[in-house]
Amino acid sequence: MAQIRNHLVPKNRPWSRRAWLRLAGLGSLTGGVAAVSQVTAGEQRPPAVASMPDHLGSAMGPVGRVSTELFDPTRFLRAWNFSNLAADERARFYRETPRSNGTMLREYEIFAVDREVEIAPGVFFPAWTYNGQVPGPTIRATAGDQLRINFVNQGSHPHTLHFHGWHSPDMDGSLPAHQVLPDERFVYEFEADPFGLHLYHCHANPLKRHIHKGLYGAVIIDPPSETPRPPADELVMVLNAFDTNFDAENEVYAANTVASFYMQEPIRVKVGQLVRIYVVNLTEFDLVNSMHLHGMFFDVFRTGTTMVPSESTDTIMLCQGERAILETTFRYPGEFMFHAHQSEFAELGWMGLFRAEDQHAT
Amino acid sequence: MPPSGIRGTRGGLFWFFAVLPLVLLGGLLWLMSRSGPAEAVMGEGYPPVEKLAFQRVELGPDGIVATVFNDGPDLVTVAQVQVDDAYWAFTADPAPAVAHLGQSTLTIPYPWVHGETHVVRVVTATGVTFDHEVSVAVETPRPNARFLGIFTLIGLYVGVIPVAFGLLWLPFVTRVGRAGVDFLLALTVGLLLFLLIEAGDDGLAAAALVPGSYQGVSLFVFGALAAFVGLEVVGVRLRERRQAAGGAEGGGWVLALLTATGIGAHNFGEGLAIGAAFALGEAALGTALIVGFTLHNTTEGLAIVAPLAGEPVRIGQLFGLGALGGGPTIIGAWVGGLVYSPVWSVLCLALGAGAIVQVVVQLARQATGGGSVLRHVATAPVASGLFTGVAVMYVTGLIVG
Repeated sequence: MAQIRNHLVPKNRPWSRRAWLRLAGLGSLTGGVAAVSQVTAGEQRPPAVASMPDHLGSAMGPVGRVSTELFDPTRFLRAWNFSNLAADERARFYRETPRSNGTMLREYEIFAVDREVEIAPGVFFPAWTYNGQVPGPTIRATAGDQLRINFVNQGSHPHTLHFHGWHSPDMDGSLPAHQVLPDERFVYEFEADPFGLHLYHCHANPLKRHIHKGLYGAVIIDPPSETPRPPADELVMVLNAFDTNFDAENEVYAANTVASFYMQEPIRVKVGQLVRIYVVNLTEFDLVNSMHLHGMFFDVFRTGTTMVPSESTDTIMLCQGERAILETTFRYPGEFMFHAHQSEFAELGWMGLFRAEDQHAT
Repeated sequence: MPPSGIRGTRGGLFWFFAVLPLVLLGGLLWLMSRSGPAEAVMGEGYPPVEKLAFQRVELGPDGIVATVFNDGPDLVTVAQVQVDDAYWAFTADPAPAVAHLGQSTLTIPYPWVHGETHVVRVVTATGVTFDHEVSVAVETPRPNARFLGIFTLIGLYVGVIPVAFGLLWLPFVTRVGRAGVDFLLALTVGLLLFLLIEAGDDGLAAAALVPGSYQGVSLFVFGALAAFVGLEVVGVRLRERRQAAGGAEGGGWVLALLTATGIGAHNFGEGLAIGAAFALGEAALGTALIVGFTLHNTTEGLAIVAPLAGEPVRIGQLFGLGALGGGPTIIGAWVGGLVYSPVWSVLCLALGAGAIVQVVVQLARQATGGGSVLRHVATAPVASGLFTGVAVMYVTGLIVG
C-alpha cells in the first residue's frame, strides 16, 4: 500500500523496463478471465491499437498564421538598405552620397527600441530590436564605401552596435565605455572592408541577453565594382532562435524570426536562375546551427571573403556568428525543403520550403 | 449595553444591522474593482501571472488529449503546443484562452509511441511554457466493457476477495475469549492507525499536485474532519435505533458496520489510485503489488469482524459487511481509471482518513467501556495486539517494496 503514493504522484518517474514488465505480469494475472491486453509476461509486444492520427504531415508545425504587418519575413529576404520602404520613407533611414574616388558614403539611421515581436502564431516575445524588427535591417555596401551609422538608443537598457569587419577600436561598440545609454546617440563610422558576409549585434552586457533578445542583423559587403559577383536572385537568411521562458534554452527556432513561416509561405525562385543565399547564424545558447537543402547541392563561400567556393555540399554547419554565402541553381520545378539538420531545431520552427517555378511562369 | 430595541425584537432594525456590513462590503468591492489598487501599485505593462496546470492527459488512437486548468489570476492563452520539442497541430475546446479557474481540452494528433516517454509542452502567448510528462505511454482506458472488466477484476483481487477471506475469521473470533478479543481489537486499531498514516501521507502528496486554487491541504484536512463528524452522527443514530428496537444489544454490529464503512472509504481511495495509475500512464502495478494489496487487505476483513465477537450474525449480514468494505475498491478503480482528477483523489483519501479516525475512536470506546484508554493500552493483550497490527502492515508493505 505504500506504493499508492507513487501512483498518486505522477512526477517524472523514470519507470524502468523491469517495472514495465511487472505490469506485463499483471496482464497475465488478469488475462485468464478477461481479454486484457496483448502484453504477456516476459515479452513486450506493441498493442494492436497504434496511434496513427490522420494527415500526420499537416499535423506537424505551429498552428495559425502570424501577422506580417510589422515584420514580413518574405520581404525581409530581399531587402537591404531599407529597400523595402517607399522612397520618401526610405530617405529618413538611408542616404547615399557618391564620393570623389568613385565609392559611396552610406548613412544609416538605426535606433534601438523595445518591442514585442510575434515569433510564432500567437506567441509574442518581448524583444529588444533595431528599428522595431528582428533581425535588424540588413546593411549592404560595396568594398571601399564609407559607412556612417547614426545610432539612437530609444530602448530601456544601454545598447551598442558592434560590427564585424575592419574598424578602429573606438568604433567597436563593445567596451563598457562604448555603451550608449537610453536616449543617447553615437555615430559609428568606418570603411566597408573586407568584402564578404558579415554581421552586427549589440555588445552591451550581459552580452548573451542583449543578443538573444533580438539585437542583431546582417551586413553584406559586395566585392569591388570591377569584380562583382554574377547577377543572382539574392536572399538574406538570419538563423535565430528565441528563449521565450528565459531558461537558457530556445523554444522557437527560425530563419528570419518566425517559426515555420516559409513552410506556410514558400520562397519563390526560378528554375535555371542563379540563387544566392546570405546565411548568418545568430542563434544563442546552442553551439551550432546548420542549413540543409533538399534535392540539390550548393557552392559555399565561407564568410564570403573569396570569389572561389570552398566546397560543394547540401549541408553547412555554422557556429554562432559564423556566416556563409551559398550559391545554387534550381534544376527542377517544385517544392524543396530546407531546414536545420538538427532535427530538434527543424521541428521547433527552423524549417521552410523553396517553390521553384519555370522561368516563363508568372 | 446595546439598546433593548435591537436585543428584544426582530423588527426592521434587527435586519438592518444584519445586512449593513454586507452592503458596505459590497460597496467596497465595487470601489476596488473600479479603482484597481493593485494596478496602481504595479503600473502599466506589468507582466501577467500565468499558471496552467495539466489535469487529465489521455492517449488514444487520435493522439494526445490534455486538459489544462488555469490556476492563476490572469487569462492564459495557449498559443502553441509542442510534443517532445516539436511544434504540433492542436485544437482547443472550448477555446485556447483560459480564464481563471477555467479549463480547456487540447487535442493533439501526435503519433505517440507505445511504452515510451513523451513530454507535452504548452507555449502561451507570452512565451511561458508548461510541461507534462507521460512517463510510459499506454493507451488510456476507454469506458468500454473490457476495461470495466479489468478494473472490476483488479478491484476483486485487491479489495473484495481479501476482505471476504478476512471475514471468515468470524467463527474463530467468537470463540477466542475475552483476552483474545482484546488482542484482536487492538490489532485492528494497529492496522487502522497504520492505514491512517499512509492515508495522510498519500493525501498530502496528492494535495501537493492539486492546482493551488483548490487548496489541497485544507481540502484534505477538512475532508477528513467532515468524514469523521459525519460518521459520528451516523454511528449515534444507528446505536439509538438499535437500542430503541432491541435494548442494549447490537453495539458490536454498529461498530462492525462503521468499521466496514471506514475501510470501504479507504479502499475506494485505494481503487482510485490504482485506476488513476493506469489512466496517467503510470501503470507499473506489478503482480507483486497486487499480491501485496491482497495480503494487506485480508487484515481489513479481520478488523471488520473483530467487534462482532460474541454477537449473533447472519451470513447475509456478513456479505453486506464484505461488500461495504471491499466493494468500493472496484468503484474507485472505475472512477480513477475513467474520470481521474487529483482533486477527487485528495477528497477520497481525506474521506478515508476521517473514516479511519472515527473507527479507531469507536473501537477504543468499545474496548475500554468508557474507562481509561491509557490503562487499557498497558495490558498485555492490547499492547501486543497494537504492536502486531502495526508490524503486520509494515512488514507486508516492506515485502511489496
